Amino acid sequence: MRDTYPFGIASIPLDQCVRLHSSSGTTGNPTVVLHSAKDLHEWANALARSLWMVGCRPEDVFQNTSGYGMFTGGLGFQYAAEMLGMLTVPAGAGNTLRQLKFFTDFGTTVVHAIPSYAARLYEVMCQQGIDPRRDTKLKIMAIGAEPHSEDTRKRIEEMLGLKAYNSFGMSEMCGPGVAFECKEQNGMHIWEDYYIVEIVDPDTLEPVPEGEVGELVLTTLNREAMPLLRYRTRDLTRILPGKCPCGREHKRLDRMKGRSDDMIILKGVNIFPIQIETILAQYKDLASDFLITLNTVEDNDDMTVEVELSELANVDDYAYLQNLSKDITRKLRDEILVTPKVKLLPKGALPRSEGKAVRVKDLRKKY
Amino acid sequence: MTVQQISVFLENKSGSLAKVFRTLSDAGIQLITSTLADTADYGVCRILCDNPEKAYSVLSKEGFSVTKTEVFAIVLDDRPGRAADAIACFAEGGISISYLYSFLYEGKGVLVFRTSEMEKAVALIAANGLVEAKL
Repeated sequence: MRDTYPFGIASIPLDQCVRLHSSSGTTGNPTVVLHSAKDLHEWANALARSLWMVGCRPEDVFQNTSGYGMFTGGLGFQYAAEMLGMLTVPAGAGNTLRQLKFFTDFGTTVVHAIPSYAARLYEVMCQQGIDPRRDTKLKIMAIGAEPHSEDTRKRIEEMLGLKAYNSFGMSEMCGPGVAFECKEQNGMHIWEDYYIVEIVDPDTLEPVPEGEVGELVLTTLNREAMPLLRYRTRDLTRILPGKCPCGREHKRLDRMKGRSDDMIILKGVNIFPIQIETILAQYKDLASDFLITLNTVEDNDDMTVEVELSELANVDDYAYLQNLSKDITRKLRDEILVTPKVKLLPKGALPRSEGKAVRVKDLRKKY
Repeated sequence: MTVQQISVFLENKSGSLAKVFRTLSDAGIQLITSTLADTADYGVCRILCDNPEKAYSVLSKEGFSVTKTEVFAIVLDDRPGRAADAIACFAEGGISISYLYSFLYEGKGVLVFRTSEMEKAVALIAANGLVEAKL
């Protein structure tokens, strides 16, 4: 997909395509996913089915706190919720006070959010004296696009007084709606009328025995614009053995256990360390060593980028040092779409590793 | 005549300052004065010493992030108001001072400052009869 960027692997003429979604970043080898009208309909159908499965009905009011635009969690949920017949509130990302006003004014019952934003919503509710059980009608939340643990889910459910269901998808397949938890909340049913599901050993590429962890490999069955055969998702997971008590026959995926490449997922955004490296390499005052640390601070995931100064840095000049970290922060934000904390270090301060450099330290609460 | 000041970039981590001073002392370098400024994330230690060239090279060799800077050092007579006079003449001359510190050296006050307008500062020092310190 990267080699043929942007339209090289389209399987139908572009005039039959009606939308594209693209991965973030300008240096991190972007990908483009094309959709025909039928593809969008199928995508909406798979996600509408997922929402129906967890109890959403036409009389519900659905509020989407995802960013719209290239992020598939926006338009993906929008079309699915409309197809199901819910009244939709396309609130978009951020502006938490406004989100809360919509909850109370419009009687929102179903909300889609990334897990870290669910915690943020609760925090602001507490500040505003809003009791989610008393003052809102929230009952269902779809959470996804960000790795999170069972404990995180339970905390979200207790805080907001609702049921939270794990949602799985990726823009290469379409977006959200590839797999979704049922009311059993034990594994995500992956829609086998849409995908052929395989779990393989990422090194040998041989299938692993059922129930063992490996890399998820998907083949699309009904895509027109961009069918994908045996697409390596790089997500590590396993198929839960046995049948689901809910009666559905579609296989269940366990929570994602990590990645077989170095991609970072932060606040629902995919980030590759190479994107950060490319930005930092533009500065003569920086040395080549850096370390990305991911942490959970007050239920919010954040990123710190520590980078060493080179001999060319003028360490006598404060204004220069401050402007340098500000400038790096801004350039990184423009590239990876989240704002990292940038910390300048004296050269040699980062631990040296033998062999492959350690670029990412993930200390987030998850799994 | 300016003097050479050594600035060392430090992590906010216990022991990092001690290591700077130990490195200088091991090299037989005598400190004249030092100041430490800090932000939330890091500190900058500014040092005047008897052998700045050597200080720069031993600190660099030890892996510190070091910068050599030309600063002005003015000797002040030991009576009230001399510092005020000196600074006033720079203000009137229209040069901006990025930082300043002072200390006592051989019984006299020394005012150290940094400006990016070097030539203007040299002219002002001469015009106002200010005496530069020989450290």
